[in-house]
Amino acid sequence: MAVIIERRYSEAIHPLHAILLAGIIPWFLGAVLSDLAYVSTYEIQWANFASWFIVGGLVFGAAALIFAIVDLCRAHRRAQGIALYAVLLLAAWVVGFFNALMHAHDAWAAMPAGLVLSVIAALLACLAAWMGFRTPRIGGRMQ
Amino acid sequence: MKYSGLLTTVSISALLAACGAEPQALQYGPNPELPAPKRGLLPNMTIAKPAEWGDRLPTVPDGYTISAIATDLKIPRQTLLLPNGDILVAEGRGGNAPALKPKDVIAGYIKARGTTSVESGDRLTLLRDADGDGVYELQTVFAENLNAPYGLAFIDGTIYVANQDELVRFDYSEGQTQAEGPPAKVTDLPSELNHHWTKAMTASADGRYLYVGIGSNSNITERGMTAEADRAVVWQVDVETGAHKTYATGLRNPTALAIEPDSGELWAVVNERDEIGPDLVPDYLTAVQEDGFYGWPYSYWGQHVDDRVRPQNPDKVASAITPDYALGSHVAALGVDFSNPEMGAEFAEGVFIGEHGSWNRANPVGYKVIFVPFSDGRPSGPPVDFVAGFLDDDNTTRGRPVGVTVDPRGALIVADDLSNVVWRVVPSGSS
Repeated sequence: MAVIIERRYSEAIHPLHAILLAGIIPWFLGAVLSDLAYVSTYEIQWANFASWFIVGGLVFGAAALIFAIVDLCRAHRRAQGIALYAVLLLAAWVVGFFNALMHAHDAWAAMPAGLVLSVIAALLACLAAWMGFRTPRIGGRMQ
Repeated sequence: MKYSGLLTTVSISALLAACGAEPQALQYGPNPELPAPKRGLLPNMTIAKPAEWGDRLPTVPDGYTISAIATDLKIPRQTLLLPNGDILVAEGRGGNAPALKPKDVIAGYIKARGTTSVESGDRLTLLRDADGDGVYELQTVFAENLNAPYGLAFIDGTIYVANQDELVRFDYSEGQTQAEGPPAKVTDLPSELNHHWTKAMTASADGRYLYVGIGSNSNITERGMTAEADRAVVWQVDVETGAHKTYATGLRNPTALAIEPDSGELWAVVNERDEIGPDLVPDYLTAVQEDGFYGWPYSYWGQHVDDRVRPQNPDKVASAITPDYALGSHVAALGVDFSNPEMGAEFAEGVFIGEHGSWNRANPVGYKVIFVPFSDGRPSGPPVDFVAGFLDDDNTTRGRPVGVTVDPRGALIVADDLSNVVWRVVPSGSS
């Protein structure tokens, strides 16, 4: 009796995908810290920093989302948990986007909602990265 | 580009609650309706799309005629009548505030779609009607290489020009059509950032002082409190020495100044803050009290606290003076001058006000020249449209009024910085 053995390997996340995904965290965390600094000092430059950190996080997040979607669409790379990862990443990005709009308010008008959104976005980014790295990609040659 | 004649509505109205029909609150006079502050995730930004005049003209009341007395200027802002009837036009565009936030980059791009693309003139142009037929046959450069000149004043044979960074003077003899050389400096003016760069100016009744309006360096302190030193104030500059004192404070952007002819009192039009709703905060016309504080940034229209400012200052709020006369929110009053009997009985006593027009509002307002009647040196009734037809029914704009100047012989001179024209309105029958 002939047995065909498919050899499949657990493959690591693509390096560029990994850099983008992990990179969202310092951007969004930077926004949280800058917002905290603005709230405690009223020094406007911190609010400016936060605005740009958020934009940085959105750029990285959008690129990571493209990787996530591509992974989702390739059946042989799909594994348990990858959909949850993509949803978390999308959620982090959407919250980050609304946070960018909130931070476009002049001066204190961005607060306190801006700080709250920054914290939520940073937490979602951490969860997304966690899920993104712990979810196996299934690789290897298909026979 | 085809917008079917519609406004270039840049805001995403889906994100804004209660867009669409937006009746303007009754917002002129001493007691304007002030709704609660509100702002969606995006500010309302509606820029009326520029259009050509073709063979059309702005509309004026019955019994008046309007004509373009100068064209192809390089962003005319304010005008000055010289004793012999010649007109000086200050042309230019100023401001050097960098974009600080992603928002500044985007908003700057959008607002630029509603203004001229002509390069800054940085000069004064002289217009002359030698034979008094109402046609200004001479249009010549009086002085150039200035730095965004705006405010103009004339005292005793000297022309004073408020550049965006310094106050300068030209010696002048009657009939002169060109300055004899570069101007002499009177004093430096606050110019760091210059978020609001225009330096409005008028001479005191006795000719001893120049009043200079210096706008704030932000909408509402979003460039930081330290950027607001010497901003949102009116200076009183001694003509002889160039020394100044701060005459009044808390005037967000005093864009035009004029002296009430009977009392000698200083009046100003002031542009108020944006981004807290289509009907906040009314721009206003007010007598400027010496040492008075008018609220910015801590409060508006007297004691209405602006929560966007940190740290707050309740003591300053308590001392804030309520302005005299609201002109409506976002109309962008940029010109003011007192009338005289030569303008005709109906418009003999009061002020003309040039309204550049709104951006922070779904339904544009302003884009016209209004007349506010006065009696006994105070505003005495509702405003009347004097020059309109800039914003058309098809929601494009053909022009945007800035400075207004009353010719003592009975004419209103209106600078238009979109079509780069100077308009002249006269009672019919006179030239």
